[in-house]
Amino acid sequence: MSNFFNKSDLTRQDTDKIVSETLNNCDDGELYLEESKSESILLDDNKIKSSNYSSDLGFGFRAISNEVVAYSYSNEISKDSLKNSSENLKSTLKSIKGTYNHEITKSNKKFYEDINPIEEKTLDSKLEVLNKVNDFLRKKDGSVKQVTASFAGEQKSIEIIRSGGEALTDVRPLIRFNVSVMLEKNGRKETGVYGIGGRQSYEDYLKNDNWKNVCEEAFRIASVNLESKPAPAGEMKVVLGPGWPAILIHEAIGHGLEGDFNRKKTSAFHNLMGEKVASDGVTIVDDGTIDNRRGSLTIDDEGTPTERTVLIENGILKNFMQDRHNARLMNTRSTGSGRRENYRHIVLPRMRNTMMLSGNQTQDEMIKSVDKGIFAVSFGGGQVDITSGKFVFNCTEAYEINNGKIGSPIKGATLIGDGPSILKEVSMVGNDMMLDPGIGTCGKAGQGVPVGVAQPSILIDKMTVGGTKL
Amino acid sequence: MVKDQEFLKFKASYCLDLAKKMGATDASVTVGHSISETVNFRNKSLEASDRSDGLALSIETYLGKKRSSISSSNLLDENIKTLIEKCFETTKITPEDEFNSLPDKNLLAKQISSLNLYDETRFENDKKIKYLKDLEESASSDNQIINTESSFTENKSNFILANSDGFCDGYKTSSFTTSCVTVAKDENSMERDYEFSSKRHLSDIKQATDLGNKAAEQTIRKLSPKKIGSEKINIIFDKRISKGMLSVFASAISASAIARGTSFLKDKIDQQVFANSINVIDKPDIIKGMGSQSFDSEGVNSNTLQLIENGILKNYLVDTYNGKKLNLQSNGRSGGTTNLYFEKGNISYEDLLKKNSKSLYITETIGHGSNLVTGDYSVGATGFLVEDGEFKYPVNEITIAGNFKDMFKNITLANDLELEYSVNSPTMMIEGMTVAGK
Repeated sequence: MSNFFNKSDLTRQDTDKIVSETLNNCDDGELYLEESKSESILLDDNKIKSSNYSSDLGFGFRAISNEVVAYSYSNEISKDSLKNSSENLKSTLKSIKGTYNHEITKSNKKFYEDINPIEEKTLDSKLEVLNKVNDFLRKKDGSVKQVTASFAGEQKSIEIIRSGGEALTDVRPLIRFNVSVMLEKNGRKETGVYGIGGRQSYEDYLKNDNWKNVCEEAFRIASVNLESKPAPAGEMKVVLGPGWPAILIHEAIGHGLEGDFNRKKTSAFHNLMGEKVASDGVTIVDDGTIDNRRGSLTIDDEGTPTERTVLIENGILKNFMQDRHNARLMNTRSTGSGRRENYRHIVLPRMRNTMMLSGNQTQDEMIKSVDKGIFAVSFGGGQVDITSGKFVFNCTEAYEINNGKIGSPIKGATLIGDGPSILKEVSMVGNDMMLDPGIGTCGKAGQGVPVGVAQPSILIDKMTVGGTKL
Repeated sequence: MVKDQEFLKFKASYCLDLAKKMGATDASVTVGHSISETVNFRNKSLEASDRSDGLALSIETYLGKKRSSISSSNLLDENIKTLIEKCFETTKITPEDEFNSLPDKNLLAKQISSLNLYDETRFENDKKIKYLKDLEESASSDNQIINTESSFTENKSNFILANSDGFCDGYKTSSFTTSCVTVAKDENSMERDYEFSSKRHLSDIKQATDLGNKAAEQTIRKLSPKKIGSEKINIIFDKRISKGMLSVFASAISASAIARGTSFLKDKIDQQVFANSINVIDKPDIIKGMGSQSFDSEGVNSNTLQLIENGILKNYLVDTYNGKKLNLQSNGRSGGTTNLYFEKGNISYEDLLKKNSKSLYITETIGHGSNLVTGDYSVGATGFLVEDGEFKYPVNEITIAGNFKDMFKNITLANDLELEYSVNSPTMMIEGMTVAGK
């Protein structure tokens, strides 16, 4: 990482020496260097509201012995600053000795290119697309009262230096394009939001006037919601559409299968390894290796290559997601799931692209089988209480189902369920697995990281729908 | 040690001079430095320590009515120069926006009042460890508690805000925050709850043993919850949830939401939006206040604002840009509210619980179910069933729903307001909401 070493009094040699000397008597740890460049351009209310560029450079130094993690970060790049951090780590771990584990898996597979999406297109051309979005939507229909459109692009370069001088590097591009539209008709206002993104250049997403599809989808969702009626309240059957609704899997199951919560026995799943936690036919994987996906990583933030980790296979709990620290304490291996938002944060076991695989039923069969329930097509955000296992998510597009037929759209309602039991309520798994459009950010312990989800249509026999209509 | 005013002022004026030299007609810059140290405990032993030391710089450059911004954590002169060049190049090709401008000079804060927001006391990590030991000892004294996690964070920050109209000021702040999360288990369930304390001054932090006991007690009482049926019910919001209603209200009256037309409170100035017993105040000059400030993020002087008077909406939260759009003067709320609170009501907590023969007392909500455009509200909830003023049993896996427009008009507040945080509310009752359960 040239910017790190050629602009201060800190040399690579000094760095290796300080790292090795600090981590010598520890079980694990590393110096994590990060340089990121990012831009965000926002059109709102008929105008380019903001255009921001930011650059960030810093290091996070971590030492682990036994169960204790010492961490220190700084964005002042100097020999003194690194030495201060080293002293800080040593003072925390002064009475605990460990044996450094030099072993780290290697792979030369890469899941995205070393590009800087920000530099690939001129600012002018991005401003032009945003203005086109605004004109297109406002001309499309008189009910369009507000349009917000944005680009966000990032290139993050990381280097991990381990005791003994071993170094691992990765360059990660990430882009996002988002459109939000507000409609007003007969005194009612509703919004529709749609976006796309991934670890690719803007061009890959915007060729062939792809931006128009994003606009159409945002407009369609808002139009549906203008006709929505109050949602029902109470327990009923729920059909989930394919793709993005898999954030249900992410919230209900995913977080509960992260290594740290299970090592600490605070997850509702901690004593269920090898047990049946889902209906037959339900298989869930967490995959960091899908090309150019938002949740994919060539290596995780500890340097471990990512993989496709089977979490639940045909209903049976098979694996937790692990970083090195929790894996060591649980006598297992890292699954390449150690992630952090940036150098300011410690590594935690996190999800990448969490997917429920296809079964062999059709969405039609599911809808037809429901007398009274709802069909949820898209969601806003979700949240889970790891310990009680209760999770929620908010519908942004949903419909009533009456006597096997899709009825009126319903207002945004929260659905609530119980993580450990919800997958046992899955009675049909569709044949139409779909990846989400590349928009997810997962929050944990105050850190946001990009993630993906995927699923086929599924039928859940019983869930509580939090509407207002009794 | 956190960087002193002199260092930050030096960097700020370097940026402003450079921007001017390149041809920017106006510029503003914020330079900040923050050091925090955190110690984490789990099950009565040290789990982690975390030290962070961060510089931050953000600059806006103007060319007439064109504006763009950059931010960075790298304060080396050479890097600053490259960034300002990039920022100004971007400004040149950004379209004009007639509302872009620095704040009106006569609104800028003239002097910094002494709000006592900085406590220089160093609470060494060894002392944090001692505090957390005591805390976890009391938190785990009941054998139903199977896991405790706690932390203590000490933060010291300093900043300078400067603009090309001559404003250049800033000040140090500190905070001390401690929290404890406990997990309790019985034969039917596993539950989690928490307690925390966050103050500007170390001496105001809650006693370790009190905090630990409170966290444990709040967790144990949640064990073996039941799900209740779907019905219309009166809901009582614990203080830690009722203050969230104020945060929603604050977002809905921000000038940006109003100017964009995306708020259910647009065009409601001088109209009844809350029950007529309700008053909402935002007061920036509370001594040691967690939300206190001498000026807002643009340097504009901020005075106490009565947002709601007898249920009637009196003010939006106005910054320079959106103010110009709405033809309103900035009231020093760029960056949001300061110390926001409901004035206390006139019924005691006990009487509020007894007011109805049956109500649902909510201690936690999950999910992002607040829609500011329509006012619709639907979230997952955890709490207790209250009958004749008595807590009967814990309740979970339910949702509560309503619309803020109706909910705000049906609020009754208890008289137990404490000004502890940047948003504060007494215990609150809202009549006629829908709970969805079985």
